[in-house]
Amino acid sequence: MKIAIASGKGGTGKSTVAANLGFTLALSREVALVDCDVEEPNLHLFFPAPATDVPVTTPIPKIDPDRCTLCGECGKFCRFGALSVLKDRVLVFPELCHSCGGCTLVCPQGAIEEIPRTIGRVACSSPIPRLTLVSGVLNEGEVQAPAVIRAAKALSKAHPLTLYDASPGTACPVIETIEGSDACILVTESTPFGLHDLRLAAEVVERIGIGAGVVINRSDGQDKETLDFCRDRGLPVLMTIPFSREIAAVQNRGGLICRDLPGWEERFLALFDGIGGVVA
Amino acid sequence: MIVGITARAPSTSAPVEQRFGRAPYFVFVDTETGKAESVENPLVDAAGGVGPRAVQMFSEHGATVVITGQVGGNAARALGMGGIKAYAYRGTGSVADALAEYTAGNLQPIPL
Repeated sequence: MKIAIASGKGGTGKSTVAANLGFTLALSREVALVDCDVEEPNLHLFFPAPATDVPVTTPIPKIDPDRCTLCGECGKFCRFGALSVLKDRVLVFPELCHSCGGCTLVCPQGAIEEIPRTIGRVACSSPIPRLTLVSGVLNEGEVQAPAVIRAAKALSKAHPLTLYDASPGTACPVIETIEGSDACILVTESTPFGLHDLRLAAEVVERIGIGAGVVINRSDGQDKETLDFCRDRGLPVLMTIPFSREIAAVQNRGGLICRDLPGWEERFLALFDGIGGVVA
Repeated sequence: MIVGITARAPSTSAPVEQRFGRAPYFVFVDTETGKAESVENPLVDAAGGVGPRAVQMFSEHGATVVITGQVGGNAARALGMGGIKAYAYRGTGSVADALAEYTAGNLQPIPL
């Protein structure tokens, strides 16, 4: 089973839920935890361990100057500005390229071939027994987050139980993460901003056609609007994590509430059972 | 020689635009004939990578000099490789004013 954890909004506690759920499940079975927030991966902070790196490459154009007639078709086609056709040469800006391959198709001279370029890496580690941590890391200044996410997901493909920790927001990297999942846990907080972004995230999940459940984090007990929204949308609220000094203290020192506070291991197991019910 | 100037409107009397790739208009002036051609910039609302694409437009129009406020890194690289010189005009005057300043040798070259 593949479960994505998304939120729409940054700082709601996605990684908290992913790390605690991963740890709890690893106590009784094999689980892979995949950090798909490749621009800001942070799950490894919960699980420090030596990692093996696999580079991620993506194809970029290479112009054959002998064949190129400087017709300008590639530069006109590229909407990302990765190709600039000047009077006597074609400039390639590799960090602007989205590897769509369109330039090789529109070139009437067949003067463009694609060569691989490293844009990031996937770091794999086994921090505790039965837990495999796969972290996608996009190099600074690069734009192709989905390519690194794909690579991270591919490396964990063989695992029977996988958790994907998505990046905040509802843009391409989140879609890339959620696609192919069996269910999605939407983490929110009981603030107007949390609800606003939960609404966007719920819409994305609905469009992709994946069942979802909600975790309310840092709840102050006044979650009526969030609960109403979830009921209207048919989203089960699977877990509520209260706003508490005790939990914040564990979080602050990089701890796991399922390990450091009594009762939480059971609650994360219940969350897993709950999301399992959403799949069917 | 053709000088390209970033502008807020399609005319030599329009104010100079400080941004390069996202300038609403490019005004190309042929310094020999004094003829000016205004081109609407299709890249104003583009998501990204506007610098190199704007340079390609300047190259297509045969410009060898650009007058603008500032240029970004990718644009600077494309301008440098394309042999197009860039000059900074930080005043609030018109395209014609900027051109006059350039002709008088008062504008600082932008390092590429």
